[in-house]
Amino acid sequence: MSVTRFLVTESPLAIEPLAADVETSLRGVDPGCGAVCTFIGYVRATHQGRRVQHLEYEAFVPLAVKSLERIDREVQADWPGTALAIHHRIGRLAIGEASVVIAAASAHRAQAFAACRYAIERIKQITPIWKHEFFEDGQAWVEGATADVEDEAARERARAVACA
Amino acid sequence: MRVTVQLFARLRELAGQPELTCDVPEGATIATVWQELAAAYPALEPFGRSISCALNEDFARMRSSVRDGDTVAFLPPVSGGAW
Repeated sequence: MSVTRFLVTESPLAIEPLAADVETSLRGVDPGCGAVCTFIGYVRATHQGRRVQHLEYEAFVPLAVKSLERIDREVQADWPGTALAIHHRIGRLAIGEASVVIAAASAHRAQAFAACRYAIERIKQITPIWKHEFFEDGQAWVEGATADVEDEAARERARAVACA
Repeated sequence: MRVTVQLFARLRELAGQPELTCDVPEGATIATVWQELAAAYPALEPFGRSISCALNEDFARMRSSVRDGDTVAFLPPVSGGAW
């Protein structure tokens, strides 16, 4: 069974199918799969001291999917032979629900860890998804990075964090 | 010529709509479209320094040329992933 590797969805996320898919995709490919690293991002109950009631993620879906596929190409360039899968949730999420899941498989653990960390850092830099937090006493859009896919310095920062 | 403009997140809220049309002269760039939009919706103007843009569902530069019938998207700073 194969899963869609790069997806932006209103449905609840599951890491297991992604971990299984990236692992099986390296079977039979020399040198094979030696490590799968996974990351799950969750909706946290507080943000900068304020109690979050729920949040909503909005996306420019077709471009968000393309950005995830772009991150995959970047990962292939830096860590050849890595298999990557990323699903990002959108819509209304409750505290404790998963907002993003990432699975990276590689022959060795260092590449799998690096690719997984790089992917989440790059999502925060370039993927057109916006987080809208709802508190007991108001709401706020979280505005992080100006999405610039040609900003090589940003990519280098993500690479540095991934390889720290 | 006429282009479709898509707005997201806070830009969408400030303009009060997710999509609108914008008339721009021949030779216009995405920057021209933004100037027209900011003139019509002054609340958007402060975002001029922090937005990025897309043209027909691909990342683009503000200097990219637009053609009649194109769809331009303006993206406020992003915040997906995990915080």
